[in-house]
Amino acid sequence: MLQVRIKKKLGNFLLDVDFSMDGGIFAILGASGCGKSMTLKCIAGIERPDEGRIVLNDRVLFDSAKRINLPPQKRKVGYMFQDYALFPTMNVVQNIQAGMGRKPDPKKVREYITGFQLGGLEHHMPDQLSGGQKQRVAMARMLAAEPEVLLLDEPFAALDSYLKWKMEQQMLELLQKVQTPVLFVSHSRDEVYRLCDTVSCIHQGRMEVIEPVKEFFRNPKTKTAALLSGCKNICAVEAMESHRDGNWLWTLDWGVGIRVSKEALQARTIGIRAHFFTKEKPSEGCYSEFPVGEYRIMEDPFEWNVSFRKDRSCEWLQWKTAKTDWDPSEGVPEKLYVKEENLLLLDIDTDNRR
Amino acid sequence: MEQMMEFMKGLDWSPLLISLKTGVVATILSFFGGIYAARQVVKAGPKTKAVMDGILTLPMVLPPTVAGFFLLLIFSVRRPFGAALYGNFGIKVVQTWLGCILAATVIAFPLMYRNARAAFEQVDANLVYAARTLGMSEIKIFWKVVIPSAGPGILSGTILTFARAMGEYGATSMLAGNIPGKTGTISQKIAMVIQDGDYGTAGFWVVVIMLIAFFVVLVMNLLGSGDNKHKKRW
Repeated sequence: MLQVRIKKKLGNFLLDVDFSMDGGIFAILGASGCGKSMTLKCIAGIERPDEGRIVLNDRVLFDSAKRINLPPQKRKVGYMFQDYALFPTMNVVQNIQAGMGRKPDPKKVREYITGFQLGGLEHHMPDQLSGGQKQRVAMARMLAAEPEVLLLDEPFAALDSYLKWKMEQQMLELLQKVQTPVLFVSHSRDEVYRLCDTVSCIHQGRMEVIEPVKEFFRNPKTKTAALLSGCKNICAVEAMESHRDGNWLWTLDWGVGIRVSKEALQARTIGIRAHFFTKEKPSEGCYSEFPVGEYRIMEDPFEWNVSFRKDRSCEWLQWKTAKTDWDPSEGVPEKLYVKEENLLLLDIDTDNRR
Repeated sequence: MEQMMEFMKGLDWSPLLISLKTGVVATILSFFGGIYAARQVVKAGPKTKAVMDGILTLPMVLPPTVAGFFLLLIFSVRRPFGAALYGNFGIKVVQTWLGCILAATVIAFPLMYRNARAAFEQVDANLVYAARTLGMSEIKIFWKVVIPSAGPGILSGTILTFARAMGEYGATSMLAGNIPGKTGTISQKIAMVIQDGDYGTAGFWVVVIMLIAFFVVLVMNLLGSGDNKHKKRW
């Protein structure tokens, strides 16, 4: 059980984080520089929060009111750095032994070496290892110190995308085996979706939502959450005067009205995922039309990305479609459609119900 | 050839011994003192840092004779501190080998300190943080993580310190004087024989000191290259 409630002034914004976690893999998602790494550093004792309280399994690690601030050595918090921070002057075995106290048990060291597939690399120096091997050494070194919680700071950022997928698989297996709670910081939604159970997002130092990972991606609640979950089209909206055929939201940047049901009128922002546009008019239900006045086409290996807008006064929207479904030789559709159930209703104004 | 043998036989080898002894002892003192001072300065806040750094670097930027002046001011037996030292403990600095060591240490110390400091400052802070989260004690971190990472910088600091300490002239001549067989170092010997127009002896000692300097640098480079044999060449 890890409880964190801290505040720290960071440049021009305040880091204000409040959460607790109990087992499983907890992700903090955020753009770079939002304060997510700083949160981990405060928990590990590398940085000192201005105020707050951090408790790990009934041990108070930090409490500004009681003037408690345990040194990192006494916190039993494992920290894996983005660049792994392996000791460059120690070989693999010495790195793993670093956190094992005065007399490391050779049997245990052996277990870590074999458990992390480092056999044969015992006497290699860190700069002789590949990215994946470095990560395994960093993992083994961290676990050998027997921490009560693991903090992983962008563990895959230093790997190329080819290696990443394989390393994610290994990491997932490993984390399920060790049963230590994990706090995982990332800016990659794919990693978070595949690895984590619970996710929260930080925007400008503020932790906004804490949700199960599937719910976070299926139905983001805030603009930041929608952006971090990969939504390409986000726009502020205003409810329009009541109209003869139903309720409408006016999109301020896109210059189109969107037909919605009554409950949706409280949304202050809407999001549309790029692959939720269709070129065929839905045969039933509530839907909206987007005129394609101007467009630009970009090609991906397996998809077409079409940017479009109504006219020059409007912002661009993104449409993503599989190459099997559409080809530019057919011509760009004049209109694209979105069903109401595919709209993301964000920043819902609960105080101001109509 | 015979002339050369004659010259060698008549030669007083004491300057070589005195210079080497002085260099080694001053380097050892500067090594530990410099590393300790560098550690404290790196830890200190920006203002304390600026003041401490200024004081510790001063002997390097001042003319050696100014350092010699201050040393005399402190250690002269006619001054309170020097008198107390001599009266109570029988320790005499002026005109003794101790003076040689003291002068050489004071002059060479900033080289060790500045190199150690630069080396510490370029140690990746994440390594220290990682070591702390692994539960390593601060002392262990210093000796096992910081010192090895800062190794090359400390090594070059040690080389320069030794070279400077061995060649020290200005402050040494003021504090320790040039007593043959006691405080007469190679540099002082060269200066003395030149005044008599004895270019032969002066030249001999010049060659000796150049050989020693080159040998020291060579040995240190070869020792140091063990750590970075995987470094790329460019």
